[in-house]
Amino acid sequence: MSGEVSVRAAEVPFPPEVEDFYPPSLIDGAGPWLTKITLLVGLSIVLIVFFFLFAYRKPKLVPGRMQWLAEAIYEFVRNRIAGDIIGPGGVRFAPYLATLFCFVLLNNLFGIIPGIQFSPMAHLAFPAALAVVSWVMFIYVGARKFGLAGYLKKSLVLPAPLFIQPLLIPIEFISTFLVRPFTLSVRLFANMFAGHMVLLVCALGGFVLLNAELVFLRPTSLVSWAVGIALTGLELLVAVLQAYIFTLLTASYVQGALAEGH
Amino acid sequence: MEGSLSSVAVGLAAIGPGIGIGLVFAAYIQSTARQPESARMTQPFLWLGFALVEALVFFGIAFAFVFRGTSG
Repeated sequence: MSGEVSVRAAEVPFPPEVEDFYPPSLIDGAGPWLTKITLLVGLSIVLIVFFFLFAYRKPKLVPGRMQWLAEAIYEFVRNRIAGDIIGPGGVRFAPYLATLFCFVLLNNLFGIIPGIQFSPMAHLAFPAALAVVSWVMFIYVGARKFGLAGYLKKSLVLPAPLFIQPLLIPIEFISTFLVRPFTLSVRLFANMFAGHMVLLVCALGGFVLLNAELVFLRPTSLVSWAVGIALTGLELLVAVLQAYIFTLLTASYVQGALAEGH
Repeated sequence: MEGSLSSVAVGLAAIGPGIGIGLVFAAYIQSTARQPESARMTQPFLWLGFALVEALVFFGIAFAFVFRGTSG
């Protein structure tokens, strides 16, 4: 038993590195196109599509368990996010927001499901792609309502004295068109990345403590693993919260693009 | 002493959001205590403010890894 553990612990690279976030290719020669990450993203799409298809295959007036869950998710996004933030006209964005919410949520939850325990969102590329979609969408929506020039004027030129405008316009431009997609993606990415890193530190640190030279230090590995399990519970909260926040911020950007004046 | 100074930077980056998130939740608790019926209405803004403040500490974490190897 102890021999097996020490062998495993010897293989454990203790300070977890960024390289741990790059799983090897599943098939030789496929390169980065077929790894655990791309497989998980594909799996999440298939799961979401089939879940909603099956939940609504035979809709009933008194919903069954699956239909209830699907309706609860959609109703939450439609009323609590689209309705509350964008307003009555926001219902037409509910399908996009609900899809976004489900996709981000499921991918975040992959980070704590035993046996998978890796979130594709811990790679910047996936949140960045989602953020670009949201970014293009709120600019497009604003430009369609006010015209491109009108939308730019509305979002960049605030009602302020003329002498302050040279300062205000660049600030507004940076904050609206550059910082928004950046923070949207980095927030989700860094949450998942940091969460995975913390769990790695707890799990691998347990093995390192078990191998400690001081004998009385070895039982503390149990503490390390217990903290890891407790933090997994926190990660569940973070996964749901970040999916909610990503959707909420997208809705709030759309609302900002559609709002009349200031 | 061995280790990376960037982990100290993460700690420093956590100070501001720590205070900020405290203020956000304090304001929410205060407003719900004064006007319990507004709790549902202000909740999205609670998470919005929380997310915007929290971003800074995650920039600290991300950049701690980005710039980790450059100083040796």
